[in-house]
Amino acid sequence: MASTAKKQGVGSVLWDYLTTVDHKKIAILYLIAGGFFFVLGGIEAMLIRIQLAVPNNDFLSAGLFNEVITMHGTTMIFLAAMPLLFAFMNATVPLQIGARDVAFPFLNALGVWLFIFGGIFLNLSWFLGGAPDAGWTSYASLSIASAGHGIDFYALGLQITGAGTLISGINFVTTIINMRAPGMTYMRMPLMTWTTLVASVLIVFAFPPLTIGIFLLMFDRMFGSSFFLVETGGNTIIWEHLFWIFGHPEVYILILPAFGIFSEIFSTFSRKRLFGYSAMVFATVLIGFFGFMVWAHHMFTVGLGPTANAIFAVATMAIAVPTGIKIFNWVATVWGGSIEFTTPMLYALAFIPSFTMGGVTGVMQAAAPADYQYHDSYFIVAHFHYVIVGGVVFGLLAGLHYYWPLMFGNMLSEKLGKITFVLFVIGFHTTFLIQHFLGLWGMPRRVFTYLDGQGYNTANIVSSIGALLMAIAVIILVINIIMTLAKNQRVGRDPWGDGRTLEWSLPLPVPYYNFAQTPLVRGLDAYWIEKKANNGKMMPAESLEDFHMPNNSFIPFVLSFGLFVAAFGALYFASGKEWAIDAVADLPQHPWALWVLILGLAITFGSMITRSLKDDLGYYVTKEEVLRDLEEEEQRREN
Amino acid sequence: MAHMEYNVPSERWPAHPETATMEGKNKFVGFWIFLAGETALFASLFATYLALKDSVPSDDHLLAADLFALPLAFVMTMFLLTSSLTSVYAVYHMRNNNFAKMQLWLGITVLLGLGFLALEIYEFIEYTHLGHTFRSSAFGSAFYFLLGTHGFHVVIGLVWITLLIIRNAKRGLSVYTAAKVNTAALYWHFIDVVWVFIFTIVYLLGVL
Repeated sequence: MASTAKKQGVGSVLWDYLTTVDHKKIAILYLIAGGFFFVLGGIEAMLIRIQLAVPNNDFLSAGLFNEVITMHGTTMIFLAAMPLLFAFMNATVPLQIGARDVAFPFLNALGVWLFIFGGIFLNLSWFLGGAPDAGWTSYASLSIASAGHGIDFYALGLQITGAGTLISGINFVTTIINMRAPGMTYMRMPLMTWTTLVASVLIVFAFPPLTIGIFLLMFDRMFGSSFFLVETGGNTIIWEHLFWIFGHPEVYILILPAFGIFSEIFSTFSRKRLFGYSAMVFATVLIGFFGFMVWAHHMFTVGLGPTANAIFAVATMAIAVPTGIKIFNWVATVWGGSIEFTTPMLYALAFIPSFTMGGVTGVMQAAAPADYQYHDSYFIVAHFHYVIVGGVVFGLLAGLHYYWPLMFGNMLSEKLGKITFVLFVIGFHTTFLIQHFLGLWGMPRRVFTYLDGQGYNTANIVSSIGALLMAIAVIILVINIIMTLAKNQRVGRDPWGDGRTLEWSLPLPVPYYNFAQTPLVRGLDAYWIEKKANNGKMMPAESLEDFHMPNNSFIPFVLSFGLFVAAFGALYFASGKEWAIDAVADLPQHPWALWVLILGLAITFGSMITRSLKDDLGYYVTKEEVLRDLEEEEQRREN
Repeated sequence: MAHMEYNVPSERWPAHPETATMEGKNKFVGFWIFLAGETALFASLFATYLALKDSVPSDDHLLAADLFALPLAFVMTMFLLTSSLTSVYAVYHMRNNNFAKMQLWLGITVLLGLGFLALEIYEFIEYTHLGHTFRSSAFGSAFYFLLGTHGFHVVIGLVWITLLIIRNAKRGLSVYTAAKVNTAALYWHFIDVVWVFIFTIVYLLGVL
């Protein structure tokens, strides 16, 4: 398995990726699948902007428009942003803490396959009777009555991906607690690892409420319960609470790893230690903690009363403090640094003002009385796109360029990267800045069209032109990726030249066992320290010995596939049943559905039993093999 | 640790065999974090139950005070709490490398769990006869979803521990199997703690 291994056939590469438990390959799976869904969500965004470009447009019908906005939001949050962040977490975190793999490699593979199958299931709704149409928040008062199976696809699809996310979250927390190399104390962990830890803890506590919320929705629609049916004593506000108890931490689950990526980039390309490291860690933890205290600021207009609104308003404003600490620390990191304007650094620099603008409008909305004015208007749309695109998507694009050589062993073109950057940033501000004003002028969100003569025409066409610029930017990025992969000019260790953390101390491509010897960490920015003190060679914390690695397994794929099959069974089982909600009960019956459900569950439980009965003891990487790899690496370095 | 030795001779049996290997340590930490997630899951269920308690469409539906009786809930609680104690005995013998006694106490744990489950099924059937069902009202939906999720966890726990007893019968105790037993015991305790909250919030608060 050395880097000179003979070229593999397509089939064996495919089989390798279907069965892999290696975090570096799982990162690539997340990147491919997340990238695919990102493009899909982007196409949906373009459809929205085409529809809204001119007044009284009939490009999309009202019903289809609802489906498109729902799928745009759901896809971007659950199937694009989170998996892409998982891609970078998987690619970097084990390397940053000096581990040979994550704590549970098998579960890591299970997480990615659950996400992929859940995502496919959700998107198959387009071809099977219509996509969900109640918005990505799927408020029960809307979604309960939604005709057809769209909402059921949403519920079951998110249940499957959500399970995968929860599993990955548990895995990262355990990995970071247990698998750190000697000397890698908590306060020496790179910010990317810290933000992954806090985001993973948020996942562990935030996803179960969503699971319950979705179960309530499923049971009401498909099994005749009445959690949200007011006539039998139900209450639709329960959904809003459960959804936002998940939904608000979710925002921090997305933004914290992006903060982590930016922290690494600022420090690397300013050639300075991150300013205020301990304050940054403290702020990260504090943001995670406050993230659970503020969910009802999404519900100011529900009528929870002035006391509840006031408490949640104050808690929401308080989040601006740790976030402000971070912004100032990044600025201070760049200040006086020896700055290099690489593509990732450009995104990081553009992120500061963009994200701050999103933060400022966030504090505006935190004032509950004022929020009555902004609520459900384009002002909100502008706000959350400023934080999600200006924060998370900039972070993903920065991370893509920054970590690309670590993942693929070659560099994306800086020239094309900078063109993408300029187009994307200009397009982003063109699209969303004007939407603040649209909102203040009274345009409600989620409307499929607007009348001529209301003063919305110019702003909407400007916004649509901005979206076009972003689309062009993404197309150039795709061209960049294809060209880079086709040329495949290999780069060696520490390709940016200024790597500070452990992942850059490894040869490229990274050996499948990561570290020949577990490194000894002597301080923050472990690799940088050894560059200054030890000629860039990490000190080993153990002698060169055989070590243990887990076997590949096809079970995660099969297990996830079983749930995918079972979800179809569950979905069609409810059709035409008299106890289901009217919208589902009116559909034709499918007698085969029960068998599909049983088959799917049998596949899943069969996989679980196989996994449980067949002990997987893994295998040993021998000292001789590692020594051979080290020699080859030495020779390549001399050439 | 060059080569992993699962079968530790009894004179070198560690005080905490369940965390003697790296996998054991990971399992231990990972499972506690999973239980943290489970806590959030049950917290959501309790909140839903409290929001919908006694929320029925018309006056002819029974309410919590009409339905719940403490004697039955007390017996169920005794079954489950005792099973938690017996699982502690099993773990105690596991740490003392006493395989036969560990298996015995695990078996008793399963029997007590089955007793609890039988009573819960009996209770559900009774309520159904009284017209309190999953579909009769929002109160019914919330009650059966909370209790049912707990009951489902009990079933999973019983299947899990039973499989462990059967699976380990031949291969005996090692630091590899010790970690598995300990994880199952942790899960069983968690189910118990949830029941304590159910007893308080559903039954005690229900009859008051």
